[in-house]
Amino acid sequence: MNQFHLDPSIIETCRQDAFLIADEVLSMVEQHSTVSVERSVLRLIGVDGVNDLLEPLPNMMVDEVYHHGDLSKGISRYLASALFQSGLNLTEFQQAYLKGQVQLITPHLEDLDTCRNVLKPYLQKTFDRIAKNRDTRHRFLEKETPRTTDLYVIVATGNIHEDVIQAKAAAKAGADIIAVIRSTGQSLLDYVPYGITTEGFGGTYATQANFQIMRKALDEVSKEEGRYIKLVNYASGLCMPEIAAMAAIERLDVLLNDSMYGIIFRDINMKRTFIDQHFSRMINAKAGIIINTGEDNYLTTSDAIEEAHTVLASQFINEQFAFAAGLPEELMGLGHAFEIDPSVENSFLYELAQAQMAREIFPNAPLKYMPPTKHVTGNIFRAYQQNTLFNIVTQYTSQSIHLLGMMTEAIHTPFLQDRYLAIQNAKMIQTSMKSISEELVIKEDGLMANRAKKVLEDASLLLKQVKESTLFQALEQGVFAGVKRPQDGGKGLDGVFQKSPDYWNAALDLWEVSR
Amino acid sequence: MKLIRPYGDTSHDGKIQLSFTLPVHADGQGIEAAKRLATQLGLLNPQVVHAEDIHEGYAFFVVYASVKFDLDLDQIHVEEALTERKSREEIEVILQENFDRELVFVGASTGSDAHTVGIDAIMNMKGFAGHYGLERYRGIRAYNLGSQVKNEDFIRFAKKVNADVLLVSQTVTQKDVHIRNMVELVELLEAEKMRERVILIAGGARITHELAKELGYDAGFGPKSYAEDVALYAINRMIANKSKP
Repeated sequence: MNQFHLDPSIIETCRQDAFLIADEVLSMVEQHSTVSVERSVLRLIGVDGVNDLLEPLPNMMVDEVYHHGDLSKGISRYLASALFQSGLNLTEFQQAYLKGQVQLITPHLEDLDTCRNVLKPYLQKTFDRIAKNRDTRHRFLEKETPRTTDLYVIVATGNIHEDVIQAKAAAKAGADIIAVIRSTGQSLLDYVPYGITTEGFGGTYATQANFQIMRKALDEVSKEEGRYIKLVNYASGLCMPEIAAMAAIERLDVLLNDSMYGIIFRDINMKRTFIDQHFSRMINAKAGIIINTGEDNYLTTSDAIEEAHTVLASQFINEQFAFAAGLPEELMGLGHAFEIDPSVENSFLYELAQAQMAREIFPNAPLKYMPPTKHVTGNIFRAYQQNTLFNIVTQYTSQSIHLLGMMTEAIHTPFLQDRYLAIQNAKMIQTSMKSISEELVIKEDGLMANRAKKVLEDASLLLKQVKESTLFQALEQGVFAGVKRPQDGGKGLDGVFQKSPDYWNAALDLWEVSR
Repeated sequence: MKLIRPYGDTSHDGKIQLSFTLPVHADGQGIEAAKRLATQLGLLNPQVVHAEDIHEGYAFFVVYASVKFDLDLDQIHVEEALTERKSREEIEVILQENFDRELVFVGASTGSDAHTVGIDAIMNMKGFAGHYGLERYRGIRAYNLGSQVKNEDFIRFAKKVNADVLLVSQTVTQKDVHIRNMVELVELLEAEKMRERVILIAGGARITHELAKELGYDAGFGPKSYAEDVALYAINRMIANKSKP
């Protein structure tokens, strides 16, 4: 397994520096909350539904307190007090709220004990459901032989019913994980759309109803195939923790959930992102959901050879943020990608070195490996060839979550046949090279070993630099993916607020008690 | 007259390959269906070289066949596009060769328009459909102000950062509100004596080059335009302006 004999003291230093980098950010996180965190608390309590304008209840409630109350105390106190004073149960209250008969702002807020008692049964119900979901997943998985690599494919028709057909076909052809790509631009919506949707742009809206439909379909295939098919969605963008809450409730298994992706690639404010990612990861930890981090994206902007160390540095940082939120290594799907220009001499060896290095540094993490996209042209035959090389790297280095490359990458959303051919390609490599990692040993002190050593050293230097300047400044300077983001710029900053000393988050409160 | 046909291994053999999926089984009937498909497409001697069930009731086919007509190349004329297409890398080279500073692009979805899809597709790092946005270009400093930006604020910001190029996105429009809004921007720029100093470009699903010109813009980009097209147009204009006395 350990072929590169990387210096453990350098790896340890990287972890320590990444810890300090994350810790500094987390001290800011602790003092703040966001509108999306508060909305997720409402969702965990069981608030759900929309008004005639399709505005979600969690948004209506948080907006009411944001504009007319004091959100720095947290939404929980307001809802608990309003429920208590109205004498209604949550369902009745929501109906009355939609009719404008009750509001969250009441003459006074009830004391903490009263609030706790009011909300506990609702939260407990959700937490029990989440625990049951973990159990259901576990029962499915314990029946099968664990796989080294899960094959991951994407469906993206825009219509959830059509997605179901494609997802089932992919699962039957051998896919282990199905991701439903979101509609373009959903990450920038400051609310989660509601209900079953049949129209989207380049993807399907992530809604709780759509989650439910796909989960049910995949459970059916899982039973037929005798293999648990995992479901993926995207906890990124402005509604990170809300998606995590919905995913926990509907038993999704994997969420794209990066600590910095939104900042770098979606221009979402960095404070907003750091606060949201922390709460969303706490939910994921609770729900046993594997996170996938987004380092693969760095290489679509930066050069995969020159900037390989930024990927590794970011993996260390993502790892520490994940630990801080209570995620065990087994749920950390740290990301990377096969993005070196194939015309570079020995590019395959560099890819192999990078993947093997990640495997050795994060031995227990279900690493998420992304296929070539940047150097894929419209020549589908060439793309198929690149994907074969990519599949070989995964086979040799035991990547855990392998997102299959499509020969029609960047041409259209995959056809039935594209996905089938991609799965066949991966299966052929898995079979024909089954024992390759036991038979072929990487040469000591050769090109690959030295490359891994160099990337680790560069990552270590970069982490040291970031530690000295803070992660906020590093992002301002464009250290990752070459993108610069100002601390007070980007979308969603107006949804960030400082917690008052009597801030109360009912969900966290109950977690602490049950811990 | 210059007559051509596809080339397999012999001149004029007309050979082409097709691959497709049919909602059939890969049995005798399915294979015959694949053959008929090719025949009805007007192809000669279709050979189904591969048929495979890929999902319940769906089969994948690979077919070779011959085309039975000639194309007259002399009869084929193509309207040249407004600007030629270049890749981001090529554009970065042009920037490097022609400018010793970063060009400043400021973009926004202005007026009441809450959609950022269009401007994000052109400007954001991640871009759209495999075409990376302007933020990713070396040699370009890109500011994306997002949506619902007032024309006044847009101009104020453009002034502050010394913008070279202004990009205005109008995605959704009701009762032509976008046209009034677009005209207002031109008027405000003229009042500020800035119109001549910037390249002004409009974009959006309902924008055409013709409409944009009519409203006093330098150019307009509709659907299927990407960051490369916008960047190349603006840069060519700037190079042309530089060489003016």
